[in-house]
Amino acid sequence: MSNVFIALQANEETRPIIEAIVMDNPQAVVKREPAMVKIDAPGRMVIHKETIEGLVGRAFDLQEMHIHLITLSGNVDETDNSLTLTWNN
Amino acid sequence: MDTQVTKKKLGLKERYKLLTRDLGWETTFHTKDEVYPYVKYEGIKINDWDKWEDPFRLTMDAYWKYQAEKERKFYAIIDAHAQNNGHLNLTDARYLTAIKMFLQAISPGEYAASKGFARMGREFGGVGTQVACQMQALDEIRHAQTQIHAISNYNKYYNGFHAFSDSRDRIWYTSVPRSFFDDAMSAGPFEFMIAIGFSFEYVLTNLLFVPFMSGAAFNGDMATVTFGFSAQSDEARHMTLGLECIKFMLEQDPGNLPIVQRWIDKWFWRGMRILSLVGAMMDYMLPKRVMSWKEAFDIYGVENGGALFNDLARYGIKPPKGWDVAAGAIEHMSHQLFLGLYQWSFGTAFHGWIPSDDDMEWLSAKYPTTFDKYYRPRWEHIKKLEAEGTPFKNYGLAKLCQTCQLPTVFTEPGDPTMMCHRETEYKGEKYHFCSDGCQEIFEHEPEKYLQAWLPMPALFSELNGDIGAWMDWVGLKNGVDNGDYVGSQDQINFDKWRGMATSNKQS
Repeated sequence: MSNVFIALQANEETRPIIEAIVMDNPQAVVKREPAMVKIDAPGRMVIHKETIEGLVGRAFDLQEMHIHLITLSGNVDETDNSLTLTWNN
Repeated sequence: MDTQVTKKKLGLKERYKLLTRDLGWETTFHTKDEVYPYVKYEGIKINDWDKWEDPFRLTMDAYWKYQAEKERKFYAIIDAHAQNNGHLNLTDARYLTAIKMFLQAISPGEYAASKGFARMGREFGGVGTQVACQMQALDEIRHAQTQIHAISNYNKYYNGFHAFSDSRDRIWYTSVPRSFFDDAMSAGPFEFMIAIGFSFEYVLTNLLFVPFMSGAAFNGDMATVTFGFSAQSDEARHMTLGLECIKFMLEQDPGNLPIVQRWIDKWFWRGMRILSLVGAMMDYMLPKRVMSWKEAFDIYGVENGGALFNDLARYGIKPPKGWDVAAGAIEHMSHQLFLGLYQWSFGTAFHGWIPSDDDMEWLSAKYPTTFDKYYRPRWEHIKKLEAEGTPFKNYGLAKLCQTCQLPTVFTEPGDPTMMCHRETEYKGEKYHFCSDGCQEIFEHEPEKYLQAWLPMPALFSELNGDIGAWMDWVGLKNGVDNGDYVGSQDQINFDKWRGMATSNKQS
Protein backbone atom coordinates (compact mmCIF):
# COMPACT_ATOMS: atom_id res chain seq x y z
CA MET A 1 0.00 0.00 0.00
CA SER A 2 1.31 3.46 -0.86
CA ASN A 3 2.01 5.97 1.87
CA VAL A 4 0.11 9.20 2.20
CA PHE A 5 1.99 11.97 3.98
CA ILE A 6 1.78 15.45 5.36
CA ALA A 7 4.73 17.74 6.14
CA LEU A 8 4.42 20.63 8.56
CA GLN A 9 6.81 23.34 9.67
CA ALA A 10 8.50 22.50 12.95
CA ASN A 11 7.12 25.17 15.29
CA GLU A 12 5.12 25.67 18.48
CA GLU A 13 1.77 25.69 16.72
CA THR A 14 2.27 22.42 14.88
CA ARG A 15 3.37 20.47 17.99
CA PRO A 16 -0.21 19.68 19.11
CA ILE A 17 -1.28 19.02 15.48
CA ILE A 18 1.45 16.43 15.09
CA GLU A 19 0.54 14.93 18.47
CA ALA A 20 -3.10 14.68 17.39
CA ILE A 21 -2.17 12.99 14.12
CA VAL A 22 -0.12 10.40 15.98
CA MET A 23 -2.98 9.76 18.45
CA ASP A 24 -5.56 9.29 15.69
CA ASN A 25 -3.36 7.35 13.27
CA PRO A 26 -1.51 4.62 15.15
CA GLN A 27 0.38 3.54 12.03
CA ALA A 28 1.74 7.02 11.38
CA VAL A 29 5.52 7.38 11.30
CA VAL A 30 6.98 10.76 12.29
CA LYS A 31 10.23 11.92 10.67
CA ARG A 32 11.85 15.03 12.10
CA GLU A 33 14.06 16.90 9.62
CA PRO A 34 15.69 20.35 9.84
CA ALA A 35 12.87 22.91 10.27
CA MET A 36 10.14 20.42 9.29
CA VAL A 37 8.28 17.30 10.36
CA LYS A 38 7.03 14.74 7.83
CA ILE A 39 4.41 12.20 8.84
CA ASP A 40 3.82 9.11 6.68
CA ALA A 41 0.95 6.65 6.99
CA PRO A 42 0.05 3.62 4.87
CA GLY A 43 -2.90 4.38 2.58
CA ARG A 44 -4.86 6.74 4.78
CA MET A 45 -4.48 9.51 7.36
CA VAL A 46 -7.22 11.38 9.19
CA ILE A 47 -6.72 14.62 11.09
CA HIS A 48 -9.52 15.32 13.55
CA LYS A 49 -10.40 18.83 14.67
CA GLU A 50 -11.68 17.50 17.99
CA THR A 51 -8.39 15.84 18.92
CA ILE A 52 -6.43 19.01 18.16
CA GLU A 53 -8.89 21.12 20.18
CA GLY A 54 -8.47 18.75 23.13
CA LEU A 55 -4.72 19.39 23.03
CA VAL A 56 -4.67 23.14 22.39
CA GLY A 57 -7.57 23.90 24.74
CA ARG A 58 -9.37 26.23 22.36
CA ALA A 59 -11.52 26.14 19.25
CA PHE A 60 -9.41 25.20 16.24
CA ASP A 61 -10.35 25.70 12.60
CA LEU A 62 -8.75 22.97 10.49
CA GLN A 63 -8.02 25.53 7.79
CA GLU A 64 -5.50 27.12 10.19
CA MET A 65 -3.28 24.27 9.10
CA HIS A 66 -2.71 26.06 5.78
CA ILE A 67 -0.37 28.44 7.60
CA HIS A 68 1.99 25.66 8.64
CA LEU A 69 1.50 23.14 5.87
CA ILE A 70 4.55 22.37 3.73
CA THR A 71 3.32 19.60 1.52
CA LEU A 72 1.06 16.56 1.41
CA SER A 73 0.42 13.50 -0.69
CA GLY A 74 -2.84 11.69 -1.36
CA ASN A 75 -6.38 12.55 -2.37
CA VAL A 76 -7.68 15.27 -0.06
CA ASP A 77 -11.11 15.43 1.52
CA GLU A 78 -11.79 18.21 3.99
CA THR A 79 -14.88 18.83 6.09
CA ASP A 80 -15.41 21.04 9.14
CA ASN A 81 -14.37 18.21 11.43
CA SER A 82 -11.66 16.32 9.65
CA LEU A 83 -9.11 16.33 6.87
CA THR A 84 -8.51 12.97 5.23
CA LEU A 85 -5.72 11.87 2.90
CA THR A 86 -6.10 8.61 0.97
CA TRP A 87 -4.57 6.60 -1.84
CA ASN A 88 -6.93 4.15 -3.51
CA ASN A 89 -4.37 1.38 -3.81
CA MET B 1 -22.67 16.40 19.91
CA ASP B 2 -25.48 18.97 19.97
CA THR B 3 -24.52 20.94 16.88
CA GLN B 4 -27.53 19.60 14.99
CA VAL B 5 -29.87 21.37 17.43
CA THR B 6 -28.22 24.78 17.37
CA LYS B 7 -27.26 24.66 13.66
CA LYS B 8 -26.32 28.30 13.54
CA LYS B 9 -23.40 27.81 11.19
CA LEU B 10 -23.23 26.39 7.71
CA GLY B 11 -20.89 23.51 7.06
CA LEU B 12 -17.74 23.94 5.00
CA LYS B 13 -19.26 22.35 1.91
CA GLU B 14 -22.44 24.49 1.99
CA ARG B 15 -20.50 27.63 2.71
CA TYR B 16 -18.22 27.03 -0.25
CA LYS B 17 -21.16 26.37 -2.53
CA LEU B 18 -22.94 29.56 -1.47
CA LEU B 19 -19.85 31.70 -1.78
CA THR B 20 -19.04 30.56 -5.30
CA ARG B 21 -22.36 29.71 -7.00
CA ASP B 22 -23.21 33.21 -8.21
CA LEU B 23 -20.09 33.32 -10.30
CA GLY B 24 -21.59 30.68 -12.58
CA TRP B 25 -24.35 32.67 -14.24
CA GLU B 26 -25.85 31.73 -17.59
CA THR B 27 -24.65 34.01 -20.37
CA THR B 28 -27.26 35.55 -22.68
CA PHE B 29 -25.47 38.09 -24.89
CA HIS B 30 -22.87 35.58 -26.04
CA THR B 31 -22.75 31.82 -26.20
CA LYS B 32 -20.56 29.89 -23.76
CA ASP B 33 -18.30 28.97 -26.66
CA GLU B 34 -17.71 32.66 -27.37
CA VAL B 35 -17.12 33.44 -23.71
CA TYR B 36 -14.66 30.55 -23.24
CA PRO B 37 -13.03 30.31 -26.68
CA TYR B 38 -10.10 28.05 -25.76
CA VAL B 39 -11.83 25.42 -23.71
CA LYS B 40 -12.56 22.95 -26.51
CA TYR B 41 -9.74 23.15 -29.03
CA GLU B 42 -7.39 20.81 -27.17
CA GLY B 43 -9.93 18.03 -27.62
CA ILE B 44 -10.81 17.63 -23.93
CA LYS B 45 -14.51 16.95 -23.45
CA ILE B 46 -16.25 18.29 -20.36
CA ASN B 47 -19.86 17.32 -19.72
CA ASP B 48 -20.46 18.83 -16.30
CA TRP B 49 -18.31 21.62 -14.86
CA ASP B 50 -20.09 21.37 -11.52
CA LYS B 51 -18.37 18.05 -10.90
CA TRP B 52 -15.16 20.01 -10.30
CA GLU B 53 -14.66 20.47 -6.60
CA ASP B 54 -11.91 22.15 -4.65
CA PRO B 55 -11.22 19.63 -1.90
CA PHE B 56 -9.94 22.34 0.45
CA ARG B 57 -13.05 24.42 -0.16
CA LEU B 58 -11.19 27.56 0.71
CA THR B 59 -13.42 30.61 0.32
CA MET B 60 -11.99 34.05 -0.51
CA ASP B 61 -12.47 35.43 3.01
CA ALA B 62 -10.63 32.47 4.55
CA TYR B 63 -7.98 32.73 1.85
CA TRP B 64 -7.23 36.38 2.64
CA LYS B 65 -7.18 35.70 6.36
CA TYR B 66 -4.63 32.89 6.20
CA GLN B 67 -2.49 34.50 3.50
CA ALA B 68 -2.28 37.68 5.59
CA GLU B 69 -1.11 35.63 8.54
CA LYS B 70 1.55 33.94 6.40
CA GLU B 71 2.80 37.36 5.26
CA ARG B 72 3.04 38.65 8.83
CA LYS B 73 5.09 35.64 9.85
CA PHE B 74 7.25 36.01 6.76
CA TYR B 75 8.05 39.69 7.30
CA ALA B 76 8.75 39.24 11.00
CA ILE B 77 11.51 36.80 10.09
CA ILE B 78 12.81 38.74 7.09
CA ASP B 79 13.16 41.82 9.31
CA ALA B 80 14.98 39.80 11.94
CA HIS B 81 17.28 38.38 9.27
CA ALA B 82 18.19 41.85 7.99
CA GLN B 83 18.61 43.22 11.51
CA ASN B 84 20.83 40.43 12.79
CA ASN B 85 23.64 40.02 10.25
CA GLY B 86 21.69 37.27 8.52
CA HIS B 87 24.03 37.53 5.55
CA LEU B 88 26.94 36.41 7.75
CA ASN B 89 25.26 33.50 9.47
CA LEU B 90 25.66 31.19 6.51
CA THR B 91 27.88 28.11 6.59
CA ASP B 92 29.80 29.52 3.64
CA ALA B 93 29.19 32.14 0.91
CA ARG B 94 29.49 29.31 -1.63
CA TYR B 95 25.99 28.37 -0.50
CA LEU B 96 24.67 31.54 -2.16
CA THR B 97 25.36 30.03 -5.58
CA ALA B 98 22.22 27.97 -5.12
CA ILE B 99 20.28 31.08 -4.11
CA LYS B 100 21.57 33.04 -7.10
CA MET B 101 20.42 30.26 -9.37
CA PHE B 102 17.10 30.19 -7.55
CA LEU B 103 16.54 33.92 -8.03
CA GLN B 104 17.65 33.91 -11.67
CA ALA B 105 15.85 30.74 -12.71
CA ILE B 106 12.96 29.95 -10.36
CA SER B 107 11.49 33.20 -8.98
CA PRO B 108 10.71 34.57 -12.47
CA GLY B 109 8.95 31.24 -13.06
CA GLU B 110 6.67 32.02 -10.15
CA TYR B 111 5.76 35.27 -11.86
CA ALA B 112 5.14 33.44 -15.14
CA ALA B 113 2.90 30.98 -13.26
CA SER B 114 0.93 33.92 -11.87
CA LYS B 115 0.31 35.26 -15.36
CA GLY B 116 -0.65 31.79 -16.55
CA PHE B 117 -3.14 31.17 -13.77
CA ALA B 118 -4.70 34.60 -14.17
CA ARG B 119 -5.35 33.64 -17.77
CA MET B 120 -6.64 30.15 -16.92
CA GLY B 121 -8.97 31.55 -14.26
CA ARG B 122 -10.56 33.44 -17.13
CA GLU B 123 -10.61 30.64 -19.66
CA PHE B 124 -11.97 27.70 -17.70
CA GLY B 125 -15.72 27.30 -17.75
CA GLY B 126 -16.36 26.06 -14.21
CA VAL B 127 -16.74 28.17 -11.10
CA GLY B 128 -14.68 25.92 -8.81
CA THR B 129 -11.85 25.98 -11.33
CA GLN B 130 -12.03 29.74 -11.77
CA VAL B 131 -11.81 30.40 -8.03
CA ALA B 132 -8.95 27.95 -7.54
CA CYS B 133 -7.00 29.44 -10.47
CA GLN B 134 -7.57 32.97 -9.21
CA MET B 135 -6.20 32.06 -5.78
CA GLN B 136 -3.24 30.37 -7.37
CA ALA B 137 -2.50 33.43 -9.54
CA LEU B 138 -2.39 35.50 -6.34
CA ASP B 139 -0.23 32.91 -4.58
CA GLU B 140 2.29 32.82 -7.40
CA ILE B 141 2.77 36.56 -7.53
CA ARG B 142 3.20 36.52 -3.75
CA HIS B 143 5.91 33.90 -4.18
CA ALA B 144 7.77 35.94 -6.77
CA GLN B 145 7.56 39.04 -4.57
CA THR B 146 8.53 37.41 -1.27
CA GLN B 147 11.44 35.59 -2.89
CA ILE B 148 12.82 38.73 -4.52
CA HIS B 149 12.29 40.65 -1.28
CA ALA B 150 13.94 38.04 0.94
CA ILE B 151 16.91 37.62 -1.37
CA SER B 152 17.35 41.39 -1.86
CA ASN B 153 19.11 41.49 1.49
CA TYR B 154 21.91 39.35 0.04
CA ASN B 155 22.10 41.67 -2.97
CA LYS B 156 23.38 44.40 -0.63
CA TYR B 157 26.47 42.34 0.15
CA TYR B 158 27.14 39.79 -2.57
CA ASN B 159 27.53 39.65 -6.34
CA GLY B 160 25.38 37.91 -8.94
CA PHE B 161 21.96 38.95 -7.65
CA HIS B 162 21.53 42.36 -9.24
CA ALA B 163 20.42 41.47 -12.78
CA PHE B 164 18.17 38.49 -12.23
CA SER B 165 15.36 39.76 -14.44
CA ASP B 166 17.73 40.22 -17.39
CA SER B 167 19.43 36.91 -16.67
CA ARG B 168 16.10 35.16 -16.67
CA ASP B 169 15.44 36.06 -20.26
CA ARG B 170 18.94 35.85 -21.63
CA ILE B 171 21.33 33.43 -19.92
CA TRP B 172 21.59 29.85 -21.16
CA TYR B 173 20.75 27.97 -17.95
CA THR B 174 17.85 30.28 -17.00
CA SER B 175 16.33 29.77 -20.43
CA VAL B 176 15.63 26.20 -19.28
CA PRO B 177 12.84 27.11 -16.83
CA ARG B 178 11.88 30.08 -19.00
CA SER B 179 11.16 27.78 -21.95
CA PHE B 180 9.24 25.43 -19.64
CA PHE B 181 6.89 28.25 -18.63
CA ASP B 182 6.69 29.74 -22.13
CA ASP B 183 5.74 26.31 -23.45
CA ALA B 184 3.03 25.92 -20.77
CA MET B 185 1.64 29.44 -21.18
CA SER B 186 1.37 29.13 -24.93
CA ALA B 187 -0.52 25.82 -24.59
CA GLY B 188 -4.27 25.49 -24.02
CA PRO B 189 -5.80 25.76 -20.55
CA PHE B 190 -5.96 22.03 -19.83
CA GLU B 191 -2.41 21.38 -20.92
CA PHE B 192 -1.30 24.33 -18.80
CA MET B 193 -2.88 22.64 -15.78
CA ILE B 194 -0.93 19.44 -16.42
CA ALA B 195 2.28 21.40 -17.00
CA ILE B 196 2.08 23.60 -13.92
CA GLY B 197 -0.53 22.03 -11.66
CA PHE B 198 0.76 18.53 -12.10
CA SER B 199 4.36 18.47 -13.34
CA PHE B 200 5.63 21.65 -11.72
CA GLU B 201 3.62 21.51 -8.50
CA TYR B 202 3.25 17.82 -7.81
CA VAL B 203 6.56 16.52 -9.10
CA LEU B 204 8.91 19.50 -8.96
CA THR B 205 8.05 21.72 -6.04
CA ASN B 206 8.23 18.89 -3.53
CA LEU B 207 11.84 18.36 -4.56
CA LEU B 208 12.65 22.02 -4.84
CA PHE B 209 10.98 23.46 -1.78
CA VAL B 210 10.99 20.62 0.71
CA PRO B 211 14.45 18.97 0.96
CA PHE B 212 16.17 22.01 -0.54
CA MET B 213 14.59 24.41 1.94
CA SER B 214 15.38 22.06 4.75
CA GLY B 215 18.94 22.34 3.39
CA ALA B 216 18.73 26.13 3.52
CA ALA B 217 17.81 25.84 7.21
CA PHE B 218 20.81 23.57 7.71
CA ASN B 219 23.07 26.19 6.12
CA GLY B 220 21.87 29.04 8.30
CA ASP B 221 19.83 30.81 5.64
CA MET B 222 16.82 31.97 7.60
CA ALA B 223 15.54 34.19 4.77
CA THR B 224 15.30 31.39 2.23
CA VAL B 225 13.75 28.85 4.58
CA THR B 226 11.12 31.41 5.41
CA PHE B 227 10.12 32.27 1.85
CA GLY B 228 10.45 28.63 0.88
CA PHE B 229 8.13 27.27 3.51
CA SER B 230 5.78 30.22 3.16
CA ALA B 231 5.51 29.49 -0.57
CA GLN B 232 5.26 25.77 -0.03
CA SER B 233 2.33 26.24 2.35
CA ASP B 234 0.41 27.31 -0.77
CA GLU B 235 1.81 24.47 -2.85
CA ALA B 236 -0.17 21.81 -0.99
CA ARG B 237 -3.27 23.56 -2.34
CA HIS B 238 -1.71 23.83 -5.81
CA MET B 239 -0.76 20.17 -5.94
CA THR B 240 -4.25 19.23 -4.93
CA LEU B 241 -5.63 21.44 -7.70
CA GLY B 242 -3.33 19.74 -10.23
CA LEU B 243 -4.39 16.27 -9.10
CA GLU B 244 -8.08 17.24 -9.07
CA CYS B 245 -7.76 18.59 -12.61
CA ILE B 246 -6.33 15.30 -13.86
CA LYS B 247 -9.05 13.27 -12.13
CA PHE B 248 -11.73 15.65 -13.41
CA MET B 249 -10.62 15.32 -17.05
CA LEU B 250 -10.42 11.54 -16.77
CA GLU B 251 -13.82 11.23 -15.12
CA GLN B 252 -15.58 13.51 -17.58
CA ASP B 253 -15.00 11.53 -20.76
CA PRO B 254 -13.09 8.34 -21.66
CA GLY B 255 -11.85 10.08 -24.83
CA ASN B 256 -9.75 12.39 -22.65
CA LEU B 257 -7.42 9.61 -21.50
CA PRO B 258 -4.97 9.50 -24.46
CA ILE B 259 -4.68 13.32 -24.51
CA VAL B 260 -3.99 13.45 -20.77
CA GLN B 261 -1.49 10.58 -20.99
CA ARG B 262 0.47 12.37 -23.72
CA TRP B 263 0.63 15.53 -21.62
CA ILE B 264 1.76 13.57 -18.57
CA ASP B 265 4.53 11.96 -20.64
CA LYS B 266 5.62 15.30 -22.06
CA TRP B 267 5.53 17.33 -18.89
CA PHE B 268 7.13 14.68 -16.72
CA TRP B 269 10.10 14.71 -19.07
CA ARG B 270 10.28 18.50 -19.22
CA GLY B 271 10.06 18.55 -15.41
CA MET B 272 12.89 16.03 -15.06
CA ARG B 273 15.13 18.20 -17.20
CA ILE B 274 14.54 21.23 -14.95
CA LEU B 275 15.23 19.03 -11.96
CA SER B 276 18.81 18.54 -13.13
CA LEU B 277 19.36 22.14 -11.92
CA VAL B 278 17.87 21.20 -8.54
CA GLY B 279 20.01 18.06 -8.41
CA ALA B 280 23.18 20.14 -8.90
CA MET B 281 22.01 22.58 -6.21
CA MET B 282 21.45 19.79 -3.69
CA ASP B 283 24.53 17.65 -4.38
CA TYR B 284 27.11 20.35 -5.04
CA MET B 285 26.04 23.83 -3.95
CA LEU B 286 24.94 23.29 -0.36
CA PRO B 287 28.04 23.35 1.87
CA LYS B 288 26.09 21.30 4.44
CA ARG B 289 23.63 18.81 3.01
CA VAL B 290 20.48 17.31 4.45
CA MET B 291 20.17 14.57 1.87
CA SER B 292 21.44 13.81 -1.60
CA TRP B 293 19.49 14.51 -4.76
CA LYS B 294 19.03 10.75 -5.15
CA GLU B 295 17.66 10.34 -1.62
CA ALA B 296 15.25 13.21 -2.19
CA PHE B 297 14.14 11.69 -5.48
CA ASP B 298 13.59 8.30 -3.81
CA ILE B 299 11.14 9.92 -1.38
CA TYR B 300 9.37 12.51 -3.51
CA GLY B 301 9.85 11.04 -6.99
CA VAL B 302 9.84 7.25 -6.68
CA GLU B 303 7.70 6.78 -3.57
CA ASN B 304 5.31 9.71 -3.93
CA GLY B 305 5.18 9.71 -7.74
CA GLY B 306 4.71 5.93 -7.67
CA ALA B 307 1.78 6.26 -5.23
CA LEU B 308 0.18 8.87 -7.48
CA PHE B 309 0.45 6.75 -10.63
CA ASN B 310 -0.82 3.66 -8.84
CA ASP B 311 -3.81 5.73 -7.78
CA LEU B 312 -4.42 7.02 -11.32
CA ALA B 313 -4.14 3.49 -12.77
CA ARG B 314 -7.86 3.03 -12.14
CA TYR B 315 -8.49 5.55 -14.91
CA GLY B 316 -6.10 3.77 -17.27
CA ILE B 317 -3.20 6.17 -16.71
CA LYS B 318 0.25 4.63 -17.01
CA PRO B 319 3.44 5.97 -15.42
CA PRO B 320 5.06 8.58 -17.71
CA LYS B 321 6.86 7.17 -20.72
CA GLY B 322 10.28 8.46 -19.71
CA TRP B 323 10.01 7.16 -16.14
CA ASP B 324 12.54 4.30 -16.49
CA VAL B 325 15.03 6.41 -18.40
CA ALA B 326 14.71 9.13 -15.75
CA ALA B 327 15.15 6.61 -12.93
CA GLY B 328 18.29 5.28 -14.61
CA ALA B 329 19.73 8.81 -14.88
CA ILE B 330 19.18 9.83 -11.25
CA GLU B 331 22.66 8.82 -10.14
CA HIS B 332 24.31 10.69 -12.99
CA MET B 333 22.42 13.89 -13.76
CA SER B 334 23.62 16.18 -10.96
CA HIS B 335 27.28 15.25 -11.61
CA GLN B 336 26.98 15.73 -15.35
CA LEU B 337 25.31 19.11 -15.03
CA PHE B 338 27.67 20.48 -12.37
CA LEU B 339 30.67 19.47 -14.50
CA GLY B 340 29.05 21.52 -17.27
CA LEU B 341 28.45 24.50 -14.97
CA TYR B 342 32.07 24.35 -13.79
CA GLN B 343 33.63 24.28 -17.24
CA TRP B 344 31.41 27.09 -18.59
CA SER B 345 31.70 29.23 -15.44
CA PHE B 346 32.75 32.25 -17.53
CA GLY B 347 29.13 32.38 -18.68
CA THR B 348 27.32 31.91 -15.35
CA ALA B 349 26.20 34.69 -13.02
CA PHE B 350 27.40 32.56 -10.09
CA HIS B 351 30.66 30.89 -9.16
CA GLY B 352 31.92 27.42 -9.92
CA TRP B 353 34.41 25.33 -7.95
CA ILE B 354 36.07 21.96 -7.68
CA PRO B 355 34.48 19.87 -4.93
CA SER B 356 36.72 19.52 -1.87
CA ASP B 357 38.08 16.13 -0.76
CA ASP B 358 35.38 16.00 1.95
CA ASP B 359 32.69 16.76 -0.62
CA MET B 360 33.97 14.02 -2.87
CA GLU B 361 33.92 11.55 0.04
CA TRP B 362 30.29 12.52 0.67
CA LEU B 363 29.40 12.13 -3.00
CA SER B 364 31.03 8.73 -3.22
CA ALA B 365 29.13 7.56 -0.10
CA LYS B 366 25.83 8.83 -1.55
CA TYR B 367 26.50 7.55 -5.07
CA PRO B 368 28.48 4.35 -4.43
CA THR B 369 27.96 2.85 -7.89
CA THR B 370 28.57 5.94 -10.02
CA PHE B 371 30.64 8.71 -8.41
CA ASP B 372 33.99 6.95 -7.95
CA LYS B 373 33.70 5.15 -11.26
CA TYR B 374 32.66 7.99 -13.58
CA TYR B 375 32.93 11.38 -11.93
CA ARG B 376 35.70 11.37 -9.32
CA PRO B 377 38.37 10.65 -11.96
CA ARG B 378 37.22 13.70 -13.93
CA TRP B 379 37.33 15.95 -10.89
CA GLU B 380 40.78 14.59 -9.95
CA HIS B 381 41.97 15.42 -13.46
CA ILE B 382 40.44 18.89 -13.28
CA LYS B 383 42.10 19.39 -9.89
CA LYS B 384 45.48 18.42 -11.33
CA LEU B 385 45.09 20.89 -14.20
CA GLU B 386 44.16 23.59 -11.71
CA ALA B 387 47.27 22.82 -9.59
CA GLU B 388 49.44 23.02 -12.70
CA GLY B 389 48.10 26.47 -13.47
CA THR B 390 46.13 25.35 -16.54
CA PRO B 391 42.55 25.16 -15.20
CA PHE B 392 40.04 23.31 -17.35
CA LYS B 393 37.83 25.93 -18.93
CA ASN B 394 35.57 25.55 -21.89
CA TYR B 395 35.25 28.74 -23.90
CA GLY B 396 33.34 26.98 -26.65
CA LEU B 397 29.60 27.42 -26.61
CA ALA B 398 27.36 24.60 -25.56
CA LYS B 399 25.07 22.91 -28.05
CA LEU B 400 21.55 23.37 -26.73
CA CYS B 401 18.58 21.05 -26.90
CA GLN B 402 15.82 22.61 -29.00
CA THR B 403 13.15 21.48 -26.52
CA CYS B 404 14.47 21.80 -22.95
CA GLN B 405 17.29 24.24 -23.86
CA LEU B 406 19.85 22.52 -21.60
CA PRO B 407 23.29 21.98 -23.10
CA THR B 408 23.51 18.44 -24.43
CA VAL B 409 25.64 17.26 -21.48
CA PHE B 410 23.72 14.11 -20.59
CA THR B 411 24.65 10.56 -21.52
CA GLU B 412 22.92 7.72 -23.32
CA PRO B 413 20.43 5.67 -21.31
CA GLY B 414 22.40 2.68 -20.02
CA ASP B 415 25.81 4.03 -21.08
CA PRO B 416 27.21 6.83 -18.91
CA THR B 417 30.37 7.01 -21.05
CA MET B 418 28.57 8.04 -24.26
CA MET B 419 27.10 11.49 -24.80
CA CYS B 420 23.47 11.42 -25.84
CA HIS B 421 22.60 13.45 -28.89
CA ARG B 422 19.63 13.29 -31.25
CA GLU B 423 18.76 15.31 -34.31
CA THR B 424 15.70 15.81 -36.46
CA GLU B 425 15.48 17.45 -39.83
CA TYR B 426 12.39 19.54 -40.34
CA LYS B 427 11.70 21.73 -43.39
CA GLY B 428 15.35 21.71 -44.34
CA GLU B 429 16.66 22.77 -40.90
CA LYS B 430 18.50 20.54 -38.46
CA TYR B 431 17.36 20.54 -34.80
CA HIS B 432 19.37 19.10 -31.90
CA PHE B 433 18.14 17.30 -28.78
CA CYS B 434 19.56 16.02 -25.52
CA SER B 435 17.36 12.93 -25.32
CA ASP B 436 14.69 10.80 -26.94
CA GLY B 437 12.14 12.44 -24.64
CA CYS B 438 12.92 15.95 -25.88
CA GLN B 439 13.10 14.80 -29.50
CA GLU B 440 9.64 13.21 -29.28
CA ILE B 441 8.17 16.38 -27.78
CA PHE B 442 9.55 18.37 -30.71
CA GLU B 443 8.37 15.90 -33.32
CA HIS B 444 4.83 16.01 -32.00
CA GLU B 445 4.63 19.82 -32.32
CA PRO B 446 7.53 20.96 -34.54
CA GLU B 447 5.87 24.22 -35.53
CA LYS B 448 5.79 25.23 -31.88
CA TYR B 449 9.38 24.39 -30.95
CA LEU B 450 11.07 25.69 -34.07
CA GLN B 451 10.09 29.12 -32.74
CA ALA B 452 12.04 28.55 -29.51
CA TRP B 453 14.41 31.38 -28.62
CA LEU B 454 17.75 29.74 -27.90
CA PRO B 455 20.48 31.75 -26.17
CA MET B 456 23.45 30.40 -28.16
CA PRO B 457 22.05 31.06 -31.65
CA ALA B 458 20.82 34.44 -30.32
CA LEU B 459 24.38 35.34 -29.33
CA PHE B 460 25.22 35.25 -33.03
CA SER B 461 21.99 36.54 -34.52
CA GLU B 462 21.70 39.46 -32.10
CA LEU B 463 25.27 40.20 -30.95
CA ASN B 464 27.53 38.86 -33.72
CA GLY B 465 29.08 36.36 -31.30
CA ASP B 466 30.64 39.11 -29.13
CA ILE B 467 30.94 37.56 -25.64
CA GLY B 468 31.75 40.88 -23.96
CA ALA B 469 28.64 42.47 -25.47
CA TRP B 470 26.66 39.42 -24.38
CA MET B 471 27.88 39.83 -20.79
CA ASP B 472 26.77 43.48 -20.79
CA TRP B 473 23.45 42.47 -22.27
CA VAL B 474 22.71 39.83 -19.59
CA GLY B 475 24.02 42.07 -16.77
CA LEU B 476 26.97 39.82 -15.95
CA LYS B 477 30.15 41.52 -14.70
CA ASN B 478 33.10 39.55 -15.93
CA GLY B 479 35.55 38.59 -13.17
CA VAL B 480 33.04 39.59 -10.48
CA ASP B 481 29.83 37.61 -10.88
CA ASN B 482 31.30 34.62 -12.72
CA GLY B 483 34.34 32.31 -12.61
CA ASP B 484 35.87 30.49 -9.66
CA TYR B 485 34.59 30.91 -6.15
CA VAL B 486 38.12 30.63 -4.77
CA GLY B 487 39.59 34.12 -4.86
CA SER B 488 36.24 35.77 -5.72
CA GLN B 489 35.03 38.99 -4.09
CA ASP B 490 32.25 36.98 -2.48
CA GLN B 491 34.71 34.66 -0.80
CA ILE B 492 37.06 37.45 0.30
CA ASN B 493 34.24 39.61 1.66
CA PHE B 494 32.48 36.80 3.46
CA ASP B 495 35.66 35.74 5.24
CA LYS B 496 36.54 39.33 6.13
CA TRP B 497 33.07 40.33 7.34
CA ARG B 498 32.57 37.13 9.27
CA GLY B 499 35.87 37.86 11.01
CA MET B 500 34.57 41.33 11.87
CA ALA B 501 31.26 39.91 13.07
CA THR B 502 32.81 37.44 15.45
CA SER B 503 35.66 39.60 16.78
CA ASN B 504 36.52 43.27 17.13
CA LYS B 505 38.88 43.33 14.16
CA GLN B 506 38.65 46.65 12.33
CA SER B 507 39.07 45.40 8.78
